[in-house]
Amino acid sequence: MNTELFGIFATYLLTLVIAIPLGKYLAKVFAGEKVWTDFLKPIESGIYKLSGINPNEQMNWKQHMKALMTINLVWLVYGFFVLMYQDKLPLNPDGNPGMSPDLAFNSIISFVVNCNLQHYSGESGVTYLTQHFIMMFLQFVSAATGIAAAVVFFKAFRDKTSTNLGNFWEFFVKSITRLLLPLSLVMAIILAFSGTPTSYEGKDKFISLQGDTVNVSRGPAAAFVAIKHLGTNGGGWFGTNSAHPLENPSYFTNSVELIAQVIIPIAMVIAFGIFIRRRKLSWMIFGVMTIGMLLLLIPTVSSELGGNPAIAKMGVSQLSGAMEGKEVRFGPAISGYWSTVTTIISTGSVNSMHDSTMPLTGFWQLLGMMINSFYGGCGVGVLNYFIYLIIAVFISGLMVGRTPEFLGHKVEAREIKIAALITLLSPFLILAGTALSSFIVVNHADAAWAVQPKSWLNNPGFHGFSEMLYEMTSSNANNGSGFEGLGDNNVFWNVSTGFVLFLGRFLPIIGPIAIAGLLGAKKYIPESAGTLKADTLTFSLMTFAVIIVLNALSYFPALTLGPLAEYFTLIK
Amino acid sequence: MKKYILQSIRLTAVLLVLLCVIYPLVVAFAGGFAKGNGGGEKITKNGKVVGYALIGQSFTKPQYFWGRPSAVGYKADGSGGSNKGPSNPDYLKEVNGRIDSLLKYHPYLKRSDIPADMVTASGSGLDPDISVEGAAIQVKRVAMNRKLNEQEVADLVKKTAHGPFLGLFGPGTVNVLELNVALDNLKK
Repeated sequence: MNTELFGIFATYLLTLVIAIPLGKYLAKVFAGEKVWTDFLKPIESGIYKLSGINPNEQMNWKQHMKALMTINLVWLVYGFFVLMYQDKLPLNPDGNPGMSPDLAFNSIISFVVNCNLQHYSGESGVTYLTQHFIMMFLQFVSAATGIAAAVVFFKAFRDKTSTNLGNFWEFFVKSITRLLLPLSLVMAIILAFSGTPTSYEGKDKFISLQGDTVNVSRGPAAAFVAIKHLGTNGGGWFGTNSAHPLENPSYFTNSVELIAQVIIPIAMVIAFGIFIRRRKLSWMIFGVMTIGMLLLLIPTVSSELGGNPAIAKMGVSQLSGAMEGKEVRFGPAISGYWSTVTTIISTGSVNSMHDSTMPLTGFWQLLGMMINSFYGGCGVGVLNYFIYLIIAVFISGLMVGRTPEFLGHKVEAREIKIAALITLLSPFLILAGTALSSFIVVNHADAAWAVQPKSWLNNPGFHGFSEMLYEMTSSNANNGSGFEGLGDNNVFWNVSTGFVLFLGRFLPIIGPIAIAGLLGAKKYIPESAGTLKADTLTFSLMTFAVIIVLNALSYFPALTLGPLAEYFTLIK
Repeated sequence: MKKYILQSIRLTAVLLVLLCVIYPLVVAFAGGFAKGNGGGEKITKNGKVVGYALIGQSFTKPQYFWGRPSAVGYKADGSGGSNKGPSNPDYLKEVNGRIDSLLKYHPYLKRSDIPADMVTASGSGLDPDISVEGAAIQVKRVAMNRKLNEQEVADLVKKTAHGPFLGLFGPGTVNVLELNVALDNLKK
């Protein structure tokens, strides 16, 4: 038991040991200062040249967003058609079929928006070509999109007043060449030497020890699994993601994958403070995020270690904890840690089946995705947190009766309106989506879709409701994990979550960038005695309170109907 | 706008070569030096491949150690968990059935001897491992069916069991295939 808790502790500690220096490095890279990876410059120049890009061209926030949206739309179109016709393209040794239009629609949006919700199964739904040229490609570039967007945001607060926010393509390319690609290469090789396959051979066949014929899916997974975690994407090579023994062979690789998904989100927070020359603000944000993480983590691990009360009644020994949907080589403790990390960080990879975790664990998983900014996804975590910050600035301003300011810029009606809209968007998408799906299950159970609504739910009662709530929450948070019992490969879920995914990605990127762009262009007001300082303990507590209150008000009723109700029926 | 479209298309093309051709080929080259040459490490018995070290397989015969229940019957080209929720009544009935069946084949056991991993389905459906306790409860049955000394089988379990990572982190495990191959080799 203790070795399992040690494992969590060591994994988190190593995460910090890597993430903090990485943050310092990133701040330098994006500020254009000298770093040891400058030997890669010729490669970057080559990329700019071939793409017809001038990396010195300055953009304002609107041009940044135009560039971002344009390239994302190009990927959407490209991926949609390749996925539909993947059966006619090479590198398909297992002979898998093309995707239906609604599945292709959902899958391509899901990977473009860094979510990686998968309504297909890796073994049978995609080919090696699409796994690499669509899925893995998008895992790199969607993460780089998030990081580049965050750098634009950093840039708005670096100088006192500025509309020139650097070049989007430069931030984007550097995120790949200086960060994602080198780290992925190292990690992929670690995985390869731990047992994850790398070769392009198709399925293998053997006769098992007691004489059964077995087909084994394989494929070049190591390169994919590396960026899947580093880029907080989370889509699995195999159907069961990182619970699959080839995708996550041992306790060691499990820790490597856990560390990989957290380092960039933490590094971005550290980089923010260094970049805008306000290190204390970074540490305060990091502190709030870490406390938030611990408040989700501790009850999660404890509820998993406690085991299933209904199984306890049967008299078997649950010494190690709840084991349904878990792998023996990981055990419930670090699986609990994984489930917290993957939901707060928008990775959405899983090493155990979330559908089978304890009701309260499900509650914390959902809450982690609803808040979506305790570290948060690659780059976007900081942007999500910024919205809460602005709301906190506004409320604090009202409380003391002064015009609110943030980092020397007046926060006025326009900025608050944007922040309020973004804040309302998540509960709207999640709750309206869940309500609609619940309505269909009840009133149109026999609709003639690929999976009929009456067979959507894998579990009856409150847990069934949680499956739908989880799917919508995961889509909106661009998380990608699921209560996978849900029968989601049909036109309703493919289309509805497709829209939720899209809106839940781009509006929460554009909103904060717009606010930052507007603020950055305003006159700088020097600090005075009346300034609300953003890097104090009091203000950090205020932000934390805002996060809790907003999310509690938005989601408590839905959470009560799902995981909480199940919890109380289970312990009675 | 038109400028951004052209730049986007060209940049996408360049990055496709870098990220989807060069990067995975470098990884594939490096992986060629790993165990199993990048195709997954295989386990052989008398020179014949009997499985993959990391992929669990179904064992039902009484002379073998059994693995965990699998929601997909150890179908290694279609991994899957049960995704049953903790309060699902059908699921709980199923677990109860597994306990009864274990007790039937191991009449010397009490319910409280059975560890949870032996009656719950794994996440992947391909879990290669069972807990040390899960192996311990089967020792007597396997020894009886192989007409071996119980102590001899228990020693073999101990020998093949893997401790926590570096002796410090995570749970101990027993790889069922590894143990069963060792068992088969023991006979001669």
